[in-house]
Amino acid sequence: MNDDLDDLRAMMDSATPRPDAARRAENLALAQKNFDDLQGSRTAPRPTSATKAQGLWTGVKNMLDTFTSKAALTTTTALVACGFLILTPAGQDLLRPGSQVLAPEAESNLPATEMSVERTRITPDEVAASVPPAPVIQQQQNSVADVAQPMDDLARALPEADESQFSRSAESAPEVAGMSVNGVVTARTKAATDMQGIIAAAPPAPSTADQDGIAALTEAEQAAPAVSSLGSESFERQERTVVPTPDYRTVTAPDTESFPEFENNALKITAEDPVSTFSIDVDTAAYSVVRSSLMRGQMPPRGAIRIEEMINYFPYDYAAPEGNAPFQPTVSTFQTPWNPDTQLVHIALQGEMPALDDRPPLNLVFLVDTSGSMNQADKLPLLKQSFRLMLDQLRPRDEVAIVAYAGSAGQVLAPTPASDRTTILNAIQSLQPGGGTNGQGGLQQAYALADKMKMDGEVSRVILATDGDFNIGISNPDALKNFIATKRDTGTYLSVLGFGRGNLDDATMQALAQNGNGTAAYIDTLSEAQKVLVDQLTGALFTIAGDVKVQVEFNPARIAEYRLIGYETRSLRREDFNNDAVDAGELGAGHTVTAIYEITPVGSPAQLSDPLRYAPSSVAAQSSEFGFVKLRYKKPGDTESQLIATPIIDSGTPGTEANFAAAIAGFGQALRGDPFLGDWGYDDAITLANANRGGDEFGYRTEAVQLMRLAQSLSR
Amino acid sequence: MMTSDEDLAEAAAHGDGAAFASLLDRHYDRLFAFCFRLTGVRAEAEDLTQDICAALPAKLASYERRAKVTTWLYRVAVNAAHDRRRKRATYLKASDGWGDWEVARNAANRDTDEKIDWLTQAMNQLDDALRDTLALVLDDMTHAQAAEVLGVSEGTISWRISEAKKALRAIKEKEDVA
Repeated sequence: MNDDLDDLRAMMDSATPRPDAARRAENLALAQKNFDDLQGSRTAPRPTSATKAQGLWTGVKNMLDTFTSKAALTTTTALVACGFLILTPAGQDLLRPGSQVLAPEAESNLPATEMSVERTRITPDEVAASVPPAPVIQQQQNSVADVAQPMDDLARALPEADESQFSRSAESAPEVAGMSVNGVVTARTKAATDMQGIIAAAPPAPSTADQDGIAALTEAEQAAPAVSSLGSESFERQERTVVPTPDYRTVTAPDTESFPEFENNALKITAEDPVSTFSIDVDTAAYSVVRSSLMRGQMPPRGAIRIEEMINYFPYDYAAPEGNAPFQPTVSTFQTPWNPDTQLVHIALQGEMPALDDRPPLNLVFLVDTSGSMNQADKLPLLKQSFRLMLDQLRPRDEVAIVAYAGSAGQVLAPTPASDRTTILNAIQSLQPGGGTNGQGGLQQAYALADKMKMDGEVSRVILATDGDFNIGISNPDALKNFIATKRDTGTYLSVLGFGRGNLDDATMQALAQNGNGTAAYIDTLSEAQKVLVDQLTGALFTIAGDVKVQVEFNPARIAEYRLIGYETRSLRREDFNNDAVDAGELGAGHTVTAIYEITPVGSPAQLSDPLRYAPSSVAAQSSEFGFVKLRYKKPGDTESQLIATPIIDSGTPGTEANFAAAIAGFGQALRGDPFLGDWGYDDAITLANANRGGDEFGYRTEAVQLMRLAQSLSR
Repeated sequence: MMTSDEDLAEAAAHGDGAAFASLLDRHYDRLFAFCFRLTGVRAEAEDLTQDICAALPAKLASYERRAKVTTWLYRVAVNAAHDRRRKRATYLKASDGWGDWEVARNAANRDTDEKIDWLTQAMNQLDDALRDTLALVLDDMTHAQAAEVLGVSEGTISWRISEAKKALRAIKEKEDVA
């Protein structure tokens, strides 16, 4: 496009003639002559009506020179009008809104000086009453400086004004008549210092307005603009604090976010329904979404608050597994923080951390959403940065491929060993947003690529990075899920990284990750990328146990009611527990999973349901156990599940980790506005979390406390 | 080190004759080239330059330090060209001038590239605003600078340039057919 212009420019340059030397000299001489003429005329005084250097005083002079009885009449009428404005309350009301406009006129209009004196007598009280803050003092100082300038002008202008003319105007402005230049100057300096005095002693009413003579007048002149601008300033300030402007909150474009819908887990009566079954959930997306909402000054949407994901966001220091099992369950009970009459059952799974040195090579296929909606700072650019962070975690034998999908899906980077950093970085950098989102086509291509890369003993993952907006090519969400589920059986898992807000399709992302045996994480900041893709990458990519299901049977002899906190989207049917064909969550290397039940012991005053009158009391086993926890999992690649079982016994005091998990559970419920908390609120969650921060190597728990405080402020 | 244009202009505005002379000397050639682009006729360009030189001392008062001297100077030039065009439009079509120039140029330089011939005629057919803009941009001004000179938005400049290109292309096509 620019070539056209370059050609044109070249043509034009060759067409342009050299200036004629003679004419050049001629023109330069002419300019110089004009310049010199102009200089000559500039230095000489040449009073014209156009030059209004001292317009104010020449104006006054002219007025006084041409004083006729008619003019005098006009002036006195004006005086009376001014007097009305100043001396009556109604007139003052009229003046006040425009005081800033009127104040400068005090210099140009002699009668008006009186007006400002009058105004100042009133305003210091207002100052005392309504001006506490320091910024206003700053304002006052500025005003003093501002006033100093016109006063200098006044001092300069005075000698030019004829004394006699002043005496003629004695009637209209008696104070000014006797004013000498020196007087004005000293008064100005004094006034400036006095003003600082006012500043220093702002709250007590300044007495300067009561002083007589020139100094008082000058002060008044100065104070008038100062006070008026001050008044409007503090008024604006109050306005700002009283009326919350919507600008404080990020105004987002029409929101097309969708979050999974679910009902809170209901309170169950042990006698009727003693068994609770659910799948583990190691996703962390919900916590990040909650954080991103709170950080933007909004309470998170209810559907985004999945308490189990909030609890599982944090690494816990649970007992490490021993023996053959890939993870170690720990079950403890302790008193519920928000209800002294109930207990919490805390079920913790700690996954083993396999030796990382001999981990199998990874095949990663990044499936990157480059649709137009990704063109925001917290989407594609953050994604690029995140991938760069992750690249450092890969080993030379790992392979990386990139598929971008927008309106059409396309391979951006063929499988490349991770050692070839430059090629990979260039490919990441070349990603550009634009077009619709053909999620399905992209997924198919990514899986095809992953299949091609796969060799024996290697781990293949498709990592989908998106803002969740699948708007083209998805004819049937179930078909998409089935497709992913089929691919999952071939050993290629799918992890989902969510970016940005606005059209975050949390529900779809959630469904994709669950069906793809992967994890869903939401990346809102670079530090979250650091957590997910650097600190916890191993856990996210290496599965140590598949289809982990939890089933808890409560003992009706001890427990009257129970309630599972969170895991609403992960509940399983009772018969699914033993059915190995039913999919459930995967446990990654070193992952911890926490589940919390709130239980009401038999006979506790906290029991919400009344015992049935006609049903036989089913106190069967005389066991002291609260219940029995069963866990099923598959070793990676196996199709048959293994069983781990452990009883729930009354253990008493909670540890730091369990207490922190309980604080987060309480926080999540408070965010949702669950009714079970009673009076327990953010305060208590903050106290409990603060007391149980533990080592908190990465500062995640500290951040959680800050979020609680933010939520507390926002919810007021 | 050379004194900056802006310092010179400020000194000149305060009555330093030497500063004014050296400032004008520094910019005369460029100013003339620009006038030529605006008018397309050598004689016209000389006259326009003379107008500007004559008026420049008085215009110095309007110079403000925050603007670049070239920007200010070009603004003066564009305005002077407008004045001239307005005066001339009453009795002369702009194209006639180009015709005179054609004759003179052909006489002086028979073997000039046909392309230039085409260009000058084509530019003559553009409307004034487009030609001013093109003249500025062809003088190595950025769109932002040209926008400042002409007192319009940068987007307007970009739009005008693309319009000018379009018009030139259309003219060329028409000539190719003919």
